Amino acid sequence: MRYLPNTAQNQRAMLETIGARGIEDLLVKIPAKARLSRPLALPPALAETELVRHLRGLAAQNADAESAVCFLGAGAYDHYVPSPINHLILRGEFFTAYTPYQPEASQGTLRTIYEYQTMIAELTGMDVANASIYDGASSLAEAVLMAHAVTSRNEIVLAGGVNPLYRRVVETYVDGAGLRLREGPSPEGVLDLDAARRVVGAKTAALVVQSPNFYGCLEDVAAAAEVAHAAGALLVVVSDPVNLGVLEAPGRQGADIVVGEGQGLGVPLSFGGPYLGVFAAKQEFVRRMPGRLVGATVDLDAARGFALTLQTREQHIRRAKATSNICTNVALCALMATIYLATLGRQGLVRVGELSTAKAHYAAERLAAVPGVSLRFAQPFFKEFTLRLPKSPERVVARLARQHILAGLPLKALDRKHGDCLLVAVTEQRTKDEIDAFAGALAKAVA
Amino acid sequence: MSNVSKVPGDLRYTREHEWARQEGGRVRVGITAFAQEQLGDVVFVELPKVGATVTAHKPFGVVESVKAVSDLFAPVSGEIVEVNAELGQKPETVNADPYGKGWMLVIAPADATQWNDLLTAAQYEAFLAQGAH
Repeated sequence: MRYLPNTAQNQRAMLETIGARGIEDLLVKIPAKARLSRPLALPPALAETELVRHLRGLAAQNADAESAVCFLGAGAYDHYVPSPINHLILRGEFFTAYTPYQPEASQGTLRTIYEYQTMIAELTGMDVANASIYDGASSLAEAVLMAHAVTSRNEIVLAGGVNPLYRRVVETYVDGAGLRLREGPSPEGVLDLDAARRVVGAKTAALVVQSPNFYGCLEDVAAAAEVAHAAGALLVVVSDPVNLGVLEAPGRQGADIVVGEGQGLGVPLSFGGPYLGVFAAKQEFVRRMPGRLVGATVDLDAARGFALTLQTREQHIRRAKATSNICTNVALCALMATIYLATLGRQGLVRVGELSTAKAHYAAERLAAVPGVSLRFAQPFFKEFTLRLPKSPERVVARLARQHILAGLPLKALDRKHGDCLLVAVTEQRTKDEIDAFAGALAKAVA
Repeated sequence: MSNVSKVPGDLRYTREHEWARQEGGRVRVGITAFAQEQLGDVVFVELPKVGATVTAHKPFGVVESVKAVSDLFAPVSGEIVEVNAELGQKPETVNADPYGKGWMLVIAPADATQWNDLLTAAQYEAFLAQGAH
């Protein structure tokens, strides 16, 4: 990036050129009462050493996955981030807030996005994946709008196990489109298929299931696909791609659109973002897909190259009738995922899934053996599960945090009917000692 | 306005540049030579399914060229009884033969009187001559 100086002399020259007397002249359009008429009341500037000490002190007040043992999940997971990711994304060609899409100048960037799309399509078992969307929640909301556009139907059935935060984002998105959201009953932790058959009907654009779902339970995706397709609706599956080294690809179970949070693929937790919205679909729906797509092509000399493709779906051409308002992607996070998958390879990704699920099952066994503690649902799970506690989950979490254990997410704030429950996630990073220590601390906390 | 001569006399037209041909009580629909010239190379045509209903003056589909997307408007209301499936594989047929193999739909009209509201070839030529598009 070029360095542009801005000296007092430069400013004078620029002001003279446009005929302004001073910087103040540029601000006259802003109402006086909206402007600060005195200098900002800032403390005196700190020396750099003092500033660094001050900021370190502030940062030390955070309990993060580096300073504590993390059993938090609910959509963002403490999977290991291999060191090549940080080295490569910090290269000047990649490390920019701007995504350079011009094919004549950006073959490297476009190629990494193309590889990302290829890997996501393969993992999800779908024909085509886009260049990514903001996060899992916005991917789901876009999928819901797309199902509405494909089917011309106005109802969306969300299984009860869909992440409640995603549900809120979907509610916001569909408000303007006038869609009606209905719930697919899930009293036992997974979608009740008989009840779903009664809710999914001729008005249903899509049935949405998440697997593993918010409570950690694995849904019967193939059966959900049958329910959706019997009614002429699409099946949208919310999936965590880092699990797909082990779990069956949703595309092979009948999904029409697969979305999900790709944070687990080498994107650091970063207190909630930026994350990676995964979006993949069947080929027949490609012209209804939101977001950017990079395609492979050949240039005049028959050399392979990459370019944005099918842009006629997008706002700058289709205007009000665009498939979506999203005209960008999270290229840096998609790059992290690409490097992650390339670093781990097929076997590495399978190992991450096997270790996560094995350790999660060990943890569930240890924790549910604590007197008064039990598994809330009798369902198969993968790397996350819901515990019922005999004491307030909020208090238990606060107590364990003081022992540097992030015990999980108390469900009360997001899901009132499971106010006595704690959602616990276990990744490949947790050790047997950490899990045993967690079980010991939990036993004391609920005794 | 180089192609006024390409407006066939036996068809009716819309101001959105669709043509309509009467075929034994049914109406075949496509876009005019003028429309395909304005669009440039057509790369995709999105059409409704057989059995769907369309409404006169309302969009029934989309035609996409390399750099533009345009709605397709139904000349008359009715039910779709035939769709040109070949355009799925060969959208460029719309450029090559707009009044022939590039047809898009056949409609069973719900209201025969709507035919009379469409532009005649002479009216459409006059419309084009005004430079209206």
